Amino acid sequence: MTIFQTILSVSLISTALAVLVVIADAIFNNYGECILDINNGNTKLTVNGGSTLLNSLAANRIFIPSACGGKATCGLCKVQLATDVGPVLPTEEPYLTDEEMQDGVRLSCQIKVKQDLALSIPEELFNIEQYETRIERITPMTHDIKEFRFVLEEPKVMEFKAGQYVQIDSKPYPGMQEQVSRAYSISSVPSETGAVELIIRLVPNGICTTFMHDHVKEGDTITMRGPFGEFYLREGADELIFIAGGSGLAPVKSMVYDILEKKLDKQMTFFFGAVTKKDLYYVELFQDLEKRYENFRYIPALSDPAPDDNWDGEVGLITDVVAKYVETPNNKQGYLCGSPGMINACINVLTGIGLTDEDIFFDKFT
Amino acid sequence: MGDAVAINPFIILLAAIFTSNMVLANFLGMCSFIAVSNEYKTASGLGKAVTLVMVVTTILNWIIFRFVIIPLGLEYLRFIIFIVVIAATVQIIEMAMDRYLPELHIKLGIFLPLITVNCAILGISLFMIIRDYGAVQSLFFGVGSGLGWWLAICALAAIREKIAKNKLPLGLDGPGITFIITGIMALAFIGFAGTLIVQ
Repeated sequence: MTIFQTILSVSLISTALAVLVVIADAIFNNYGECILDINNGNTKLTVNGGSTLLNSLAANRIFIPSACGGKATCGLCKVQLATDVGPVLPTEEPYLTDEEMQDGVRLSCQIKVKQDLALSIPEELFNIEQYETRIERITPMTHDIKEFRFVLEEPKVMEFKAGQYVQIDSKPYPGMQEQVSRAYSISSVPSETGAVELIIRLVPNGICTTFMHDHVKEGDTITMRGPFGEFYLREGADELIFIAGGSGLAPVKSMVYDILEKKLDKQMTFFFGAVTKKDLYYVELFQDLEKRYENFRYIPALSDPAPDDNWDGEVGLITDVVAKYVETPNNKQGYLCGSPGMINACINVLTGIGLTDEDIFFDKFT
Repeated sequence: MGDAVAINPFIILLAAIFTSNMVLANFLGMCSFIAVSNEYKTASGLGKAVTLVMVVTTILNWIIFRFVIIPLGLEYLRFIIFIVVIAATVQIIEMAMDRYLPELHIKLGIFLPLITVNCAILGISLFMIIRDYGAVQSLFFGVGSGLGWWLAICALAAIREKIAKNKLPLGLDGPGITFIITGIMALAFIGFAGTLIVQ
């Protein structure tokens, strides 16, 4: 009897309180219809207030990059607000520079829509869509790198620039309940709009890379958003220096193919850094391109070749190899993709040769 | 209610602030007391938020105890009922504050969810039942305990800000020295003991 009474009382009281909270939510959290004025009236959205700016925009299919899902731990979802919504919150402070704070830049996951807001969003973000995709093919490239080919099912077409990236949503798997979104560069060529290829390296204890390497198979569905990113080909120089390590090869492959397809008059040199021969991949592919096209040169370099590698190519750190081949800064641009350590070292080498910061573009894995 | 009625609410208020301070005499609410006392400004913000929630939940829990729990004979469920009432109250306070007092919400908003699980808040509700306080007494008890907690965390944060500029033995740095300071502060507060006899 007591048990019955206990269960009944606790359920009733909890229900009563839950109803109270729901009513309070409906009353206090109801800010009516708010108008979001994006980019000086270019786009006007009417949304129901009370939700975060990030979610309100996503509900209207404007996807601001976000890797943490609105927990204020990634600092990616920045937008510039023209409307004053009060001081910067302590949760935002670590991710904003003094300059950004002055310009009204805020984290959209921490801003609640309570009034009409005027904001600016980079135009590229309007192209970003959420895609339902199916894994068509998984190809092992090295001992820890796999290539994935995804067919876009809904929507069916993605327009992107060579060098940009997409975000993949992981799903829970045994031993990991958390769901995350992670960014991977597209390695396929932009002219193929119905599918994308990604090159993913297994990071020890990485939530999403472990998911992709050990818990998906061909035919599985994956949700991704894109295209994102500022790492793409710029006007200005005729000689392009590509430097990559590991899965940093992905955007370079896309860019090289894009340039060759469009028959642009560019001289390209691709430096690829690895430790031993087993870390190299797509060697035949790039060597074949080198034979077929006069304006493409491929220079793989091993920092510590194994004795049985029989390696007769370049040996040494990629920075030394780049310094050996690149002599003058004239008419050159550098495109770098890889670990922050490698990129920083390579930026030093290129600026040492004489390239300016405006001529060096990079995509750091963080 | 018996003898408890005789205690003047003002005595209860002063006792809750000084002689039987929630943190320094009862050692309740220690987790946030230690964790959020690095900076005076934040500590004071948390202190204010705790005071607010304590006052509101004490009154609410007193009403619920008198008019729901006792008539239904559910005294044995008071722990769980008090906790859900506190959780719901904090939720509603946060939403209402965000709507009507946005300035205050910016200052206190991030602390409110933290307070839901602060044992000092539950402690007040339970003490008030054990000590058989009336409505006014409970109100003053809640206000006093909140102010006492606020005073204690501000004092600790002020001391820690001073200490941060000094060199400490490596082993004591961080929580170690914080516990020692808390202990010495508790000793200081014992100096008030005897001036007011309220358990």
